[in-house]
Amino acid sequence: MTFNARGTYAIFKNELMRMFRTIFGSILSPVITTSLYLVVFGAAMGDRMDLGGVNYGAFIVPGLLMLTLLSESTSNASFGIYMPKFTGAIYELLSAPVGVAETLIGFVGAAAVKSLILAAIILGTAALIVDYSIAHPILALGYIVLVAASFSLLGFIIGLWADGFEKLQIIPLLVLMPLTFLGGTFYPISALEGPWQYVAMVNPVVYLVSGLRWTFLGESDFPIMLSFGATLGFLLICIAVIGWIFKTGWRLRE
Amino acid sequence: MPEPILNIRGLEKTYKGGVKALDGVDLTINRGEIFALLGPNGAGKTTLIGSVCGLVRPTGGKIEVFGQDLATSWKNVRRQIGLVPQELSFDMFDKVIRQVRYSRGMFGSAPDEARIEEVLRSLSLWDKRNAAIRELSGGMKRRVMIAKALAHDPQLLFLDEPTAGVDVELRRDMWRQIDMLRDRGVTIILTTHYIEEAEEMADRVGVIAKGRILLVDDKDAIMAKLGRTEAHFTIDSPLAELPAPLTGYPVHLEEGGTSLVYRGGDGTGKGKREVAELAQLLTREGIAFSGLETQESTLEDIFVDLLHEPVETAA
Repeated sequence: MTFNARGTYAIFKNELMRMFRTIFGSILSPVITTSLYLVVFGAAMGDRMDLGGVNYGAFIVPGLLMLTLLSESTSNASFGIYMPKFTGAIYELLSAPVGVAETLIGFVGAAAVKSLILAAIILGTAALIVDYSIAHPILALGYIVLVAASFSLLGFIIGLWADGFEKLQIIPLLVLMPLTFLGGTFYPISALEGPWQYVAMVNPVVYLVSGLRWTFLGESDFPIMLSFGATLGFLLICIAVIGWIFKTGWRLRE
Repeated sequence: MPEPILNIRGLEKTYKGGVKALDGVDLTINRGEIFALLGPNGAGKTTLIGSVCGLVRPTGGKIEVFGQDLATSWKNVRRQIGLVPQELSFDMFDKVIRQVRYSRGMFGSAPDEARIEEVLRSLSLWDKRNAAIRELSGGMKRRVMIAKALAHDPQLLFLDEPTAGVDVELRRDMWRQIDMLRDRGVTIILTTHYIEEAEEMADRVGVIAKGRILLVDDKDAIMAKLGRTEAHFTIDSPLAELPAPLTGYPVHLEEGGTSLVYRGGDGTGKGKREVAELAQLLTREGIAFSGLETQESTLEDIFVDLLHEPVETAA
């Protein structure tokens, strides 16, 4: 069966346009929030932090970027698929000649692209507030794309699973946000007291933040391949779950 | 020679919890016809449409559309199918023209602004093309649903209760739209509660109840087969028995011989002719009557009768 490229593009464009229709909530709000973190923790308090020669503002940039990437990728993709379910417009997607590949590239691709646009704006804004550089820009870009795609996939699953607006918020607010804050966004894991370092290692977001920080600073708490492997594994698990959802029709064709 | 465009055999759907929505449905739809599927709430109409359009996963049976097996060639098949569901379901905040373009693209059709304009103009939506859908009236929103379904030029169009909850004027407007689509060769399957709609629009009619097709036939053939005329003559002087010349007709006496009741005909005009003959015979026999009431059965009467006395027929 042939790939429906036009259908994919139609979904992708529609999703991107929907996001830009709500530009304040989609773009400005996360940019302002991240900028405030940078101003308060980076510019105002950064001088008082001792990280062995690393500027604190530069240290938290990848962590804050990860925080935004995770929350925005997840919420955009979950909202993108949940809204048609909520309004009933999902009928069109289900009756159209589009399969798993077209749907994922359309919905998840749009959510990931929006996250990438957001990441670029945040990095540009951060450059105005704190002094930072990117040690491995190509790897940083690749890693950001991987994280955006992975968590957009997770968001897509949440959007399919959710049967109410409250459920849409549960995982981003009650799981991802705390894990990211406790995942080394604002501090190195090595700074934690003995046993807490081992507790932190159970938190999967630690490896994500660590990986992105490595691409920025050239050093981090864990080897880059461990972070990269964990993220890639997560992406593959999400794709497998979505494939199963489409195959069985769970929450779609019940 | 009718060319089958949709062929459904033994279609079954049992929902989780055990509700059997479709119970061995056989149905053939021919190219270019308008087919009305009648049935009460919960009869299986929407499940049947959903099974063909991909909204529902059947638990048994086979569906062929345009001669292709839907299970294996669903992508090719769906490009040529349009669906207008019962509910108004779209992104209310989006503009009309963008939503119509979106539908065309999603079904794999190349951008064609001239065609989009043609569709919007045919539904009197061109002037509203840049309006947000939420700003439109209910009737206009329903037109947007139709425009979205027509945007990719489907050969087979499903209209699920297209005029449910709309006023009489809009309903007649919808009928005109459906007529125009018929003229363009689009095959249309519509479900409806309104018998009047089926009588007005359909070439053939199917009746479904409890997940089973009870009857499928040409509308006129159904009327001929099951339609009847009922006439009541009010006789001035009570009759003790039927006069001999009347015994060959389907008549009987009621109300102590003061009412002569005729029930007959076949929906083709035979009933009216026989009632006229009866009137002449009564006059000729010197039997005075002071009143005559006649009533032709409608598709609605037939529909109600069928639901009470299921008839088993093949599609």
